[in-house]
Amino acid sequence: MTPDLECLNLTKGFGDMLAVDDVSFAVPRGSFFSILGPSGCGKTTIMRMIAGFLEPTSGDIHIRGRSVLNTPPNKRPVNMVFQHLALFPMMNVAENIGYGLRRAGMAKPEIASKVDQALDRIGLPGIGPRKVSELSGGQKQRVAIARCMVLEPDVLLLDEPLGALDLKLRERMKVELKALQAAFDTTFVYITHDQSEALVMSDRIAVMNEGRFEQVGTGQDLYYRPETAFVAGFVGDSNRWSGRIERVSGDEMEMRTDSGMLMRGATHDRPLAVGQRADIFVRPEAIRIARSDDDLAHFDNRITGRVESLLFNGAASRILVQDASGSGEIEVNLPQSGEFAGLDRGSEVRIGWSGAQGNCFAAGKA
Amino acid sequence: MTPSIPQSRFVTLAYTGYVIAFFVFLALPLVVVAVFAFNDSQFPSLPWEGFTWNWFFGTERPMIGVFHERPILRAIGTSTFVAVFVSILAVGVGLSNAFLFNRYRFPGQGILYIFMLFPLVIPGIVLGISILVFSSRVANGLWDVAEWDVEALRPGLLLVILGQFSFIATISTLVIAARLQKFDRSLEEAAMNLGASRITAVRTITLPYLAPALIGATVVAFLMSFENFNTTLMLVGSDAPLTIAMFDRLKEGSTPLLNAVSLLLMLGSSCLALVMIAFQRRG
Amino acid sequence: MRAEAKLGLILLLTPLLLWLSLLILIPHVDMFLVSLRERVGVNEYRISLANYLTFINEPLYLRTFVRTAVMSTIATIITLLIAFPVSYYIAKIARGRVQSALFLLCLVPFWVSELVRTFGWMILLRETGLISNLLQYTGLADGPVEMLYNDAAIMVGLVYTSMLFMVVPLVTTLESLPDEVVEAGYDLGGSWFSILREIIIPHAAPGIVSGSIVVFMLSLGNYLTPTMLGGKDSLWFTELIYSQFIVRFNWELGAAFGFLLLGLSSAIVWGMLKLTGQTLEKTMG
Repeated sequence: MTPDLECLNLTKGFGDMLAVDDVSFAVPRGSFFSILGPSGCGKTTIMRMIAGFLEPTSGDIHIRGRSVLNTPPNKRPVNMVFQHLALFPMMNVAENIGYGLRRAGMAKPEIASKVDQALDRIGLPGIGPRKVSELSGGQKQRVAIARCMVLEPDVLLLDEPLGALDLKLRERMKVELKALQAAFDTTFVYITHDQSEALVMSDRIAVMNEGRFEQVGTGQDLYYRPETAFVAGFVGDSNRWSGRIERVSGDEMEMRTDSGMLMRGATHDRPLAVGQRADIFVRPEAIRIARSDDDLAHFDNRITGRVESLLFNGAASRILVQDASGSGEIEVNLPQSGEFAGLDRGSEVRIGWSGAQGNCFAAGKA
Repeated sequence: MTPSIPQSRFVTLAYTGYVIAFFVFLALPLVVVAVFAFNDSQFPSLPWEGFTWNWFFGTERPMIGVFHERPILRAIGTSTFVAVFVSILAVGVGLSNAFLFNRYRFPGQGILYIFMLFPLVIPGIVLGISILVFSSRVANGLWDVAEWDVEALRPGLLLVILGQFSFIATISTLVIAARLQKFDRSLEEAAMNLGASRITAVRTITLPYLAPALIGATVVAFLMSFENFNTTLMLVGSDAPLTIAMFDRLKEGSTPLLNAVSLLLMLGSSCLALVMIAFQRRG
Repeated sequence: MRAEAKLGLILLLTPLLLWLSLLILIPHVDMFLVSLRERVGVNEYRISLANYLTFINEPLYLRTFVRTAVMSTIATIITLLIAFPVSYYIAKIARGRVQSALFLLCLVPFWVSELVRTFGWMILLRETGLISNLLQYTGLADGPVEMLYNDAAIMVGLVYTSMLFMVVPLVTTLESLPDEVVEAGYDLGGSWFSILREIIIPHAAPGIVSGSIVVFMLSLGNYLTPTMLGGKDSLWFTELIYSQFIVRFNWELGAAFGFLLLGLSSAIVWGMLKLTGQTLEKTMG
C-alpha cells in the first residue's frame, strides 16, 4: 500500500542555514507519526512545507503517491491544526467547522448535517451556535480537529496544539487525541518538543535535531535502544559521564571517566575504539540502591556515595547521590517498595548498575 | 494573503507597485513644498529660477527670509507659547484622569468616561464657537452686573489655549491611560512592602514607568497645538499663532517665504517626533 | 484609609469635572440656547426657532449642509478603499524593519500642519503648478490646466489629510490578526477573496469603523481644505459658520449652524456604532 505521506530528500535552506537537511520518511496509512525535537530543530519547517506554506529548496513531497509540490495549500489534501488553533473568532463553532465545506461549495443542508456529525464525533453535540471565545481549552482543541476532519483529509498535521493547555488538561488531551485519531482512522502527523506527548500517542516517532532525523522508531525503540547520543540524552532522563575508552570487547566496553572512575558500558554494535572519547548514558531507573555491597554483587558498576538531596515526587521520587570520588551527582530512582523511605540527606548509600544498561556513544556528536 | 501563501508574480508586483504609488502620493506635496523653498523666484511654482537661500536668510526686499521676517517670527513665538501651556495643562489633567479611571471605582464612572471621549467627535470649529459664545456671554454678564471688563474672556490667547486644551486633554488622557493600564500594580505593592508610602510608591515606581507615555503625550499635545487650525481660527485675537498667520498670507497669494516656513515646520516636528520615538523605544 | 481614598478621588475628579463642565458641557448648552434666540431689537431677544427656520428656508444653507455631508461620506469611502490595501501590506506582508519604516513613513506627513499639506497640493494642482506643467511637457495638454478650485481638488485634499486616521486603526487591528488564522482559512480551501470577505474584513471591522468615524468627522469639520482648494461655488458648511460668526456677526444663526453640524456628526457616529455593534469606548479608547 502506498504510504499516505512520503517525504523524499526534503531540504530547506534559509540563506546559508539549512533548516531541514535531506530528510526522508514515509508515514503509512492510518498511523500516528510524531516529529520530536527541541525548538529550532526544523520540525515546524517540515510541517509548513507539507501544508504548502513553504516551498522546499529541493526534494519532493508525495501524498498518496502523488507529488503535491505544485499544489497550492488551499488545494492540498492535507489540513492543519495550528499551534494556537487559529479558530476564526468572527464565526461561531458551526461556522468554523463548516468553513472548509462552504469553500468546497457544498449545499447548506448537507453542511449542517456534516457539522452535526462532526460535533457528535468529538463528543460536543449541540455547541454549534456557541462563540469560539466561550469554549474551554479542550473544547477548542476538539473543534479545531473537527474543522479539519470534516474535509476528510488524507493527512492531518498537528503543530504542537497542546502547548497552550495547562498540565492536567494536556494529560487528558493526549489520551483523547489518540482516541480521536483511531476514531477518524486518518493519518496524523504531529510535531512537538514534549517527549511525553510523542511517546504516549505515536505509533512511530522521528527524533529531529539540527535539521536532520536522528532516529525513527517506536517509543520503545527510542527509549531503550537510542541510536545516537542526542536521542539518548533527549528522550527520557539520563545520567551522563564523559571519558576515554580503555577496553572494548564485543558488546562490552570500559571507559575511564574524566574524574578517574572506571565504568563499564555497552556498545550496542556501535564502532568504538580504545582511546576514543565517549559518553555513557545510564537511566536513573536502571540504578539500584543498596545498604551493603553484597546486594550489588551481580552489578559490574558499583559506587559508594552520600545522599545529596531527596527529590520526592510521588511515584517518580529520586535521590541525588554524590559519589565519594567527587565526580558529580547521580540521579537514582527510589524503589516504590518503601524500603529506603528512611533515607536522609547525608546517609551513606551504595548504588550499582549493570554494564549492559550503560549506553556508550562516541563523543562529539551531541 | 500572507508571505507564506504562494501568489503569482504578477499579483505580488502589482501590489508592491500600488504601495509604492501610495507613498509617492503621501510624499509628493511635502517634497514640492520643501523644494520650492529654494526657488529664486517670487512664486513657489515653475519655472525653476535657480537655487537660493534667500527665503531663509535674505534681508532685502522683495526677498526677506524667514529669519528676518518679524511678523512670522512673532507668530512662531506665539504658537510656541500657546503650545507649551496647552501641553502642560493637557498632560497634567491627562495624568490625573488616567489615575482616576484606572484606580478608582465610583458611580457614574462609565458615563463620565464616555463623556470624556466626546471632544474627539466634536468638530473643532464647533468646539471653538461654543467656547467663544460662552466666554463672551460670561464677559458681557460681568460687564452688565459689575461694569467689570475681563479682557481675558475676549478672543485672544487664553481662549486659544483653553480651546485647544479642551480636546487635546482627551488625547493625552488616552495615551497615558493606555500605559497605566499595562502597569503591574503588584510593583507598587512590592514598593510599599519594602517600606514606601503610597505616594512615594507612585512617585518612585509608577511615574518612572509612565515616563515614556508622559513624554509621548507632551510631544503629541505640543504638535497638535502648534498645528491646530480650526479651533484656533474661531478664538484668535490680535496675536495670531503661526498657522493663522500663514493662512492669512496664503489667502493673499503665496511667496516661497511660506515654503521656507513650512520646511522649518517639517524639520521641527520631525525632530520632536524622533525624540518621542527614541523615548518610546527606551521604555 | 477610607478618608484618604476619598480625598484622592476628589482631588483627581476636580480637574476632570472642571474641564468637562466649563469647556465642553456648559459651552455647548449655552451655544444651543443662543441658537434658540431671535433678535427683536437692540439687546432684546426672544426664544424661537427662527434660526433653524432660516436654515430650512434658505436653499443655499440646506444645499451646503447636504453637500458637505455627502462629500464627507464619499471622502471617507475613498480613504478607506485607498488605505485598506496599504494597511494590510504594512500589517501582514512587510516584516521587521521594513514594516516599522513604512508605518513611520505613513505618520510623517501628519506631523506637519494641515496648512502645509494643503499648500503642497495648491502648488501641485494650480494652473502654473507642477502637474499642469507636466501635462504640457508630455503633450497631454496644449495649455495650462487649472485643477484647483473644484470638488475633485477638495476630495484629493480631504483624502490626503485624513489618510493617517484611517491607516493607523486599520494597521493596528490587522496586526492583531494572527497569520495562522489566514493560513488556516487557506488550508481549509479558502480563496483569497473568500478569506478577505469572511475572515479579514470581519476581523478588521472595529478598525474600519473607528477609522471611518474619525475621517468622516475630520472631513465634515474641515475648514482649511475646502477654503483653499475649493472654488467659489464649492461651499463647505464650516465656511458658513465662519462667515456668520466673524463676517456677519450673526452669532445666533452661527450657533444654530454649529449645532446642526454637531448634530449631524453625532448622528452619523452614533448610527455607525449602532450599525456595527461597536461602542465609543472600544473604538476611541
